[in-house]
Amino acid sequence: MYDMKALYEAYSVEEAVRLRLEHPEAQIIAGGTDVLVQMREGRRAGKELISIQKISSMRGVTIDEQENIRIGSLTTFSHITHDPIIVEKINVLGEAVDMVGGPQIRNAGTIGGNTCNGVTSADSASTLFAWDAIIELTGKNGKRYLPIKDFYIKAGTVDINVAEGEIQTAILIPKASYENTKGCYLKYGMRNAMEIATTGCSVNCRLSADKKTFDRVRIAYGVAGPVPMRAPAAEEFIGGKPITMENIEEFSRKVLENINPRDSWRASKAFRLHIAVEMAKRCLIESVKRCGGDV
Amino acid sequence: MAQYQLVKCNINGKDVEQIVDVRASLTDMLRNDFRLTSVKKGCEVGECGACTALIDGEAINTCLYLAVWAEGKHIITLEGLMNPDGSISDVQRAFMDETAIQCGFCIPGFILTATEIVNAGVEYTDDELRKLLSGHLCRCTGYQNIFRAVKKTMLRRLGKNAEADAVR
Repeated sequence: MYDMKALYEAYSVEEAVRLRLEHPEAQIIAGGTDVLVQMREGRRAGKELISIQKISSMRGVTIDEQENIRIGSLTTFSHITHDPIIVEKINVLGEAVDMVGGPQIRNAGTIGGNTCNGVTSADSASTLFAWDAIIELTGKNGKRYLPIKDFYIKAGTVDINVAEGEIQTAILIPKASYENTKGCYLKYGMRNAMEIATTGCSVNCRLSADKKTFDRVRIAYGVAGPVPMRAPAAEEFIGGKPITMENIEEFSRKVLENINPRDSWRASKAFRLHIAVEMAKRCLIESVKRCGGDV
Repeated sequence: MAQYQLVKCNINGKDVEQIVDVRASLTDMLRNDFRLTSVKKGCEVGECGACTALIDGEAINTCLYLAVWAEGKHIITLEGLMNPDGSISDVQRAFMDETAIQCGFCIPGFILTATEIVNAGVEYTDDELRKLLSGHLCRCTGYQNIFRAVKKTMLRRLGKNAEADAVR
C-alpha cells in the first residue's frame, strides 16, 4: 500500500482540470515512476493524487495542421522511441528517452512527467531544449503555449498555474525546428542502465544545400546548471561557418562561456566542464554525419 | 477514510473483478487478492524488476503501478505462461536448460521481460539484448546463463536452431 490520502481519477482533460481546481493541494500522477517512488520514500507521503493515467487522448504522436510534431504528454518513453514520426523526423528524441531508467520504466514513464518534474537531468529535456519545443498547458480558460526554456523556472519548479487548473497536455516540435535537421544525444553516466545523467548533451544541425557550411546549430545540456540550458555563445559562433574540425573544436570550447555545472556527489564541476566540451564535439560531428555532411 | 474501487481486468486469460483499496499497488493486488506469488516484492521502487508483469504485452514494474490502473488491461504473470496441457513455455524451458536459475527470486520477472523480447520477433544484437534485460537485478549474478537462455529462445523462434545450439 502507498501512503496516499486520496485518489481522484480523470478520464478526460476537462475532468483533470476540474479535479485540479477542486483539489489544489493534490499531486498529479501520470506514469507513476517518480511520484510513487517519492511516496514510498516518504517525500510525498500522505498526499492526495489526481491520476491522469487513463486520459487516452493525451497519448500518442501526431502531426498537427501546422505540421508541428505533437507528442501527447502521456506518451511513454518506449512508445516515443518506436513511433514512426519520431524515428523519421526527430530520431534523437527517441534515442534520448531510450536511456531513461530501464526497459520497464520506459514502458510506464511519460515524457510529460519527465518535463513536469523540472529536473535538470531528465533525459528528454536537453533534446527538447535543443529543438525549441513548445509546452502546451490546458487550464480552465483554455490552452497556453510556452517555449520550453520559459517552462522551467528553477530546479524542480515549472510554470504550471495550479490556480487555473492547468495540466501539461502536449509537447510540440515546430516544423521550422525539425525540417532538414538531424541531431545526436550523449549521456554520460557511471553505468548504462538505471542511471541518472552525470551530464547530458543534445546537439542538432541543419547544413547548407552543398553540405559545406553550418546553416544552424543548436546545443543544450542537462546537469550543466540548475535547469536544462542552451549554449548560445557556441551556437552563434558556428552559425554560417564552414564545416571544419577547427570550427567544431572552437564551438565545443565556447560552451564554457554559458554552462555552469556544480560539484555534486556524482561528479565534480571540473569533470563536468571537461566532459561537456568533449560531448559537444562528439555530438556535433555525429550530427553532421547524420545530415549527410563530412568532417 | 479508506477508499475502494472495483477493477475489471483479464489476468492470465481469465476475466476477473476485484474490489481494491485505491492505495494498493498492482503487486499488492496480484499477490494478495489473486495469490499470484510469482510476482515478487523486491525493492518496491522500480529498480530490481522482480515484480514485473506483462500489461497489454509490455513489461511493467507492478510495484510502481496502481492496482486501479489495471482496469480493462490484459495482465500476464509467470503463472499465465503455462500451456493448457500444463507444459511450460519455450522461455521457461530455456531457463531450465541453461541453468539460468540460482535462488530464483528474480527469475519470474526476467522470464516475463524475455517473453516480451522474443514475442517481438526481432533478432537483437548481444548489446541490444543486454540493454533489454537491464531492468532486472540478479543478486546471485547469474546473468550469463540468463542471457544465453534468452538469446537461444530468440534464435529458435526465428527458426535459427543451428545458431541457437552454437550459443555458448
